[in-house]
Amino acid sequence: MNEKYLYSLIAVIALFLLAYAGVEAAGLQYLFGIIIPYLAIITFVVGFAMRIMDWASSPVPFRIPTTCGQQKSLPWIKHNKIDNPFTGGAVVIRMILEILFFRSLFRNTKCKMNEGPRISYVWEKWLWLFSLAFHYAFLTTLIRHLRFFLEPVPFLLQILEKVDGFLQIGLPGVLISGVVLLAAVIFLLLRRILIPQIRYFSLAADFFPLFLIIGIAVSGIMMRYFTKVNIVGVKELTMGLVTFHPHIPEGIGAIFYVHVFFVSVLLAYFPFSKLMHMGGVFLSPTRNLPTNTRAYRHINPWNPEVKIHTYQAYEDDFREKMIEAGLPVEKEL
Amino acid sequence: MNDKNRITFGLIVFIAIVTFPFWYNLGKASSAPELKLSEKAKAAKECVKPKEIMRQEHMQILDLWRDTVVRDANRAYKSGSGKTFGMSLSSGEESCLGCHESKTEFCDKCHNYASVAPYCWTCHIAPEEKKPEENKPEENK
Ligand code: HEC
Ligand code: HEC
Ligand code: HEC
Repeated sequence: MNEKYLYSLIAVIALFLLAYAGVEAAGLQYLFGIIIPYLAIITFVVGFAMRIMDWASSPVPFRIPTTCGQQKSLPWIKHNKIDNPFTGGAVVIRMILEILFFRSLFRNTKCKMNEGPRISYVWEKWLWLFSLAFHYAFLTTLIRHLRFFLEPVPFLLQILEKVDGFLQIGLPGVLISGVVLLAAVIFLLLRRILIPQIRYFSLAADFFPLFLIIGIAVSGIMMRYFTKVNIVGVKELTMGLVTFHPHIPEGIGAIFYVHVFFVSVLLAYFPFSKLMHMGGVFLSPTRNLPTNTRAYRHINPWNPEVKIHTYQAYEDDFREKMIEAGLPVEKEL
Repeated sequence: MNDKNRITFGLIVFIAIVTFPFWYNLGKASSAPELKLSEKAKAAKECVKPKEIMRQEHMQILDLWRDTVVRDANRAYKSGSGKTFGMSLSSGEESCLGCHESKTEFCDKCHNYASVAPYCWTCHIAPEEKKPEENKPEENK
């Protein structure tokens, strides 16, 4: 056992017990159902904004994109427009492909030592595949949850639910996004635990969000398919939150408060953690800058103003003396 | 030089999206739907299981009923309190909609609020809703 993931696991179990005991034994529904969610959303929004504005106040650096193709050069050398963008438009395309399809993960390879010793780089797409599955399943799940926060529920949301539940297995019908989310996050966790190199550089801060998201997914799936909660009561509570008339309806199971507490912890933890890559990906200078260093001069924004004295001015100052001394001048008297 | 203006704009858009539920519901009062029990249900007094359990687990009961009827050809269900129910969604006096006569006033009220749209009604037919007389539910299979 490795203490880094043990600590994270223990932290998540402690959070579970805290919420479960808090509601079941101490009757703190108001705390876990209303106060903590409000504090969490405030922390999330304010913390997120401050983190981004902090990044925004750094000067744009010298162009440092990591490129994967031929830079714009002589006309007869084929330029890779997207992987080595020269214009703003090409950067936008590169960013869209990065953010929506994780292209840089797609390039992931595994390095292997063969006999010889010879090194080889092996096809490795699983990280890309499961990351993509994880992020899209999470997004779908998140959007689907809007049904608890909107009244009336918009038509597009109902379409999404239909598509998500189109397998029509069991009642209530299995939603694909929930299953994919849990499977993918478990893959991402096992990857960190089972591969020695990755385990070596993983920190508690890498494991904690994974365990927390597993906790969220498991509690959600428990609620929907197994232990069941009073959904109409749940919506009353959530609608109370978003219309600022919070109240606690009777008879919602403790597992719901555990779920909400996990989500609140995730939201509050978000701005202070690696999860900020959600905003950070847009600001990563190795991706969002064009490679036009050969065409445009970069002026360092914090260069001090230097008083310069050009040769022309120097000659103007001393021309007569220079001619007297027989020195060559550029401009005669 | 930096890109503060553009980043601030992006951030404002993000916050607008995150807080979308707050302003979408602005000025709307929300309350859970009031359910109207039909006369027949009122007379019957009890459901298949206690109310709290029905609220949460009625879809699982329907699933069980469906499987029992289709696989075991068994259409009678003995409830915990000893009453017999017809294991059917909508046909017969002792089925869900035989007792909860109005789908729109009962099932749909909840389902619209919680945004669930059971696909059952693409095959099953809810009894016709006529307020005054007691309508025999249609035989629809
Ligand atoms: C107290 C409110 C309420 C009433 C009344 C109610 N339902 Fe439901 N029903 C729900 C909720 C909430 C769900 C969704 C549960 C979930 O998402 O976990 C649901 C889900 C279902 C589902 C599963 C749908 C799916 O696709 O997962 C079926 C079938 C169903 N109800 C049938 C009925 C029928 C038939 C009636 C009327 C006799 C009825 N319900 C009355 C609240 C209600
Ligand atoms: C014989 C009549 C009868 C039948 C058949 C019946 N119910 Fe009920 N149902 C009732 C009564 C009466 C209540 C109210 C119970 C109470 O208030 O304690 C009720 C309550 C409910 C509730 C909870 C409503 C609330 O207030 O939250 C649901 C959901 C429900 N029934 C669904 C169903 C479903 C689904 C079926 C078929 C599987 C069904 N019922 C079959 C009579 C019936
Ligand atoms: C593809 C069409 C179809 C769909 C969709 C469908 N059913 Fe059925 N259902 C049938 C057929 C056919 C039977 C068999 C009828 C019989 O033998 O009496 C049946 C039987 C049943 C029965 C037992 C018999 C009766 O009289 O009701 C139940 C309960 C039932 N279905 C519930 C459901 C529920 C709940 C849903 C929605 C989640 C659903 N069904 C969706 C076709 C369908």
